[in-house]
Amino acid sequence: MLCLSHMKDQKGEYMIETASLPIQGQEHTGNFVVALAGNPNVGKSTVFNRLTGLNQHTGNWPGKTVIKAEGTFSHRNQRYTLVDLPGTYSLHASSSDEQVARDFICFSRPDITAVVCDATCLERNLNLVLQILEITDQVVLCVNLLDEAERKKIHVDTAMLAHQLGIPVVGTAARSGRGLSKLKDVLHDMVIGKIATTPRQVVYDQELETSINEIEKRLTPYLPNWINSRWVTLRALEGDFNILEYIACNRPGNCPQQILPEEVALCLQ
Amino acid sequence: MSTIKNQEVPILREIEPLLPDDIANIKDRIVSSIYQQAEDISARVVKTENSYQASLEARLDGILTSRWLGFPIMLLLLTVVLWITITGANYPSQLLASGLFWIEGHLLHLFSTLGAPAWLTGILIQGMYRSLAWVVSVMLPPMAIFFPLFTLLEDLGYLPRVAFNMDNLFRRAGAHGKQCLTMCMGFGCNAAGVTSCRIIDSPRERLIAILTNTFSICNGRFPTLIALATIFMGTLIARAYSSILATLVVVAIIMTGILTTLLVSYFLSRTLLRGVPSFFVLELPPFRKPQLGQILIRSLLDRTLFVLWRAIVIAAPAGALTWILANSFVADTSVFALIAGWLDPLGQLMGMDGIILIAFLLGLPANEIILPILIMGYLSVGTMLELDSINALRLLLLDNGWTWITALCVMLFSLLHFPCGTTLYTIFKETHSARWTIVAALLPLALGILVTSMVNQGAQLIMR
Repeated sequence: MLCLSHMKDQKGEYMIETASLPIQGQEHTGNFVVALAGNPNVGKSTVFNRLTGLNQHTGNWPGKTVIKAEGTFSHRNQRYTLVDLPGTYSLHASSSDEQVARDFICFSRPDITAVVCDATCLERNLNLVLQILEITDQVVLCVNLLDEAERKKIHVDTAMLAHQLGIPVVGTAARSGRGLSKLKDVLHDMVIGKIATTPRQVVYDQELETSINEIEKRLTPYLPNWINSRWVTLRALEGDFNILEYIACNRPGNCPQQILPEEVALCLQ
Repeated sequence: MSTIKNQEVPILREIEPLLPDDIANIKDRIVSSIYQQAEDISARVVKTENSYQASLEARLDGILTSRWLGFPIMLLLLTVVLWITITGANYPSQLLASGLFWIEGHLLHLFSTLGAPAWLTGILIQGMYRSLAWVVSVMLPPMAIFFPLFTLLEDLGYLPRVAFNMDNLFRRAGAHGKQCLTMCMGFGCNAAGVTSCRIIDSPRERLIAILTNTFSICNGRFPTLIALATIFMGTLIARAYSSILATLVVVAIIMTGILTTLLVSYFLSRTLLRGVPSFFVLELPPFRKPQLGQILIRSLLDRTLFVLWRAIVIAAPAGALTWILANSFVADTSVFALIAGWLDPLGQLMGMDGIILIAFLLGLPANEIILPILIMGYLSVGTMLELDSINALRLLLLDNGWTWITALCVMLFSLLHFPCGTTLYTIFKETHSARWTIVAALLPLALGILVTSMVNQGAQLIMR
C-alpha cells in the first residue's frame, strides 16, 4: 500500500494520518469497511450520525480540501468502519468531490458501498446508483426520507426497486431512525455472503456497445482482476485515461514515472 | 479528440486507434443512456398521488424557468425591486440630508464660537463630517429598502432559478454555469463574489468567474447609480414618470453588466483561458416560506449596517484627504485642481471631467465614497454653496457642466472600472498571482475607457 502519511499538503503541513484507510485484498479481521455514497441533501450525514453515534472523527481527504468523516459501529459481533463520501450527483470526476468519491469506491474497494438516496426524487438519485453499480457490485441502496415522501404522497416500491437493480434495497427515515436496524442487518448478511447481488448493468447503444466490447477485450489482460474492466473501458472511451495510466504505472516493474497528481494516488497495493 | 499524453503506457498506445473521434458526443451518449435507464426504473417503482402542494410548485417552477417567460419575469422582478427602492428612498433621503446638514450648521457655529482654527474646521467639518453626512443620507435609505427586498427573493428560493435560466448563456460563453451564482453573489459584494468562485472546481473557469465578477454592480455602487439615476435621468421627463425612467436606467446598467460578464467570459475562454466548459448539476430547492423577521434582521444588520460602516470608516479619512488636497496650494492652484487639470482631457474624452476621475481614483478603497468625494471636489474648487438637499446636489452638478450624458458616462464608468481595493486584495489571495490581479484591474478599466468614450462621442453626435 502506498503510504500517504508522509506526504505534505499545499501548506506544507503533514496530512491527516490515513492509516485508517482500508487496505484492500486483506483478509478480514472482522472489521468491514462500508462507504456511504449519495447525492447532496439526501440525509446521508443523518444516516452516518445515526449509525456511528459518537464514534467518529473527521479530517480531510489526502491532498484535498474535501472533508472526510469516518466512524465505527458494531452489529451482531461484526465491526464496521463507515466512511462518509462527499455528496455527489455523478462520478464523472469533474470536481474534487466526485474524484474523491470515485477513487475511494474504485481503488480503496470498500467491502460494501451503501448508497443513500432521496425517496422524493428517486429518478435523479438513480443516476448515481447506476454509475456506482458499474464500478462495484457490493452495493446496498438506502431509500431515505421516506417520511417526507409519504407526506408528499410519493410511494416507492422498494421490493420492485431491489428487483430492478439486483441489489438489496432498504427504506429508511433516518431522522427518526426508522429502517436503520434493517440496514445494519442487510450489511451483515452481505458481508457474511448470505445476500448475493446481481447488479443491473447499464446498456448503451449498439455502436457504443461494439466499441466497448472491442476495447474491453484488449484491456482485460492488462487489468488487475478486482477492477471492473467494462467501467475502465467506458472511461477510456470518454477520454479519461487517468485510471488506465494509474493502473499501468502501478503494475510491478512497470513504473515509468509519477504521472498522476499525488492527490489521485489514493491507496493501492 | 483528446490525445493520450503518456505514450509510455503501452496499453494506451494499443487502444488509441480504437477510440472514437468525437469524445464529447460519446460522453453525451453515455450520460443519456444512464438517464434513460434511471427514468425507466423510476417510472416502474415510484407512484405519485396528485398532491396539490407538489403540483403547484412544479407549475410555478415551470413558469419561472420556462424558456419564454423566465427572462421577462427576471427583468420584471428586478425592475419592481429597484422601482420600490428608488421611489421609497426619495423622501427619507431628503429628510436625512436636511437633518444632517442642519447639524453641520450648528457644528460650524460651535467651532467658530470656540475659536477653532480654520484648517481644523475644514478637515473635521467640511472634510470628514460632510462626506459622512452624504454617505449616510444618499446611501442608507436605498440600502435599507433594497437589501431586505433582495434577501426576500433569496429566501423564497428564487436565486437558484435565476441560475437555472442563465446556465445556458454562461455555457455558451465558455464559462461554468455556477458562474451565475458567483455573479449574483457579486451583486452583494465583489469581494464576497470572488471568494465564492471557490465553488467552481476547474481552475480555468474559476479564473474567468473571478475576472468578471466586478461587472456585477455591488452594494457600494448601487446607491451611486440610484442617486444619479434619480437626480438626472428622472428629470428628463414628466415628474409622474421620473422614478420609472430612473429605475429603467438602473436596470439597463445592471443588464449591461451581465452582458459584459458574458462577452468578457466569451472573449477570455477563446483567448487567454481556452477550454471546454464542464457541466454540473444544479438542484432547484423547494420554495420556502420566507421568515420575515429573519430577513429584516439579516439584511439590515449583515448588509446595510456592514456596508454603511465600511463606507463611514473609509469616507472619513478620504474626506479629510480630499479637503487637504483641495486646500493645499501650489502657486495659487490647489493640488486637487492641479490633478483634476491633468486628468481633465481624459475625463472629457470619456464624457466626464478630471474631478470625476479623481473621485474614482480616491474611491479605490471603497466605491461607496465616489459620490461624496465628487461633491467635495466640486465644492472645494467652485463656489461654496449650501448643500442641504438632493435638489441642491443636482444644481451643484449642473453648475459644474453635467448633462445627462455626463451622468450616463459616470454610471457606465462606475460599472466598468477597476474593482475596489478589498476586491483586488481578495483576487490576489484567491489566484496567488499578481499578474492576474493586474489583469483583473486593467481589463475592466480599459473596457470602461473604451465604452464611455464611445458612448460620449455617439451621444454628442446625436445631440448635435
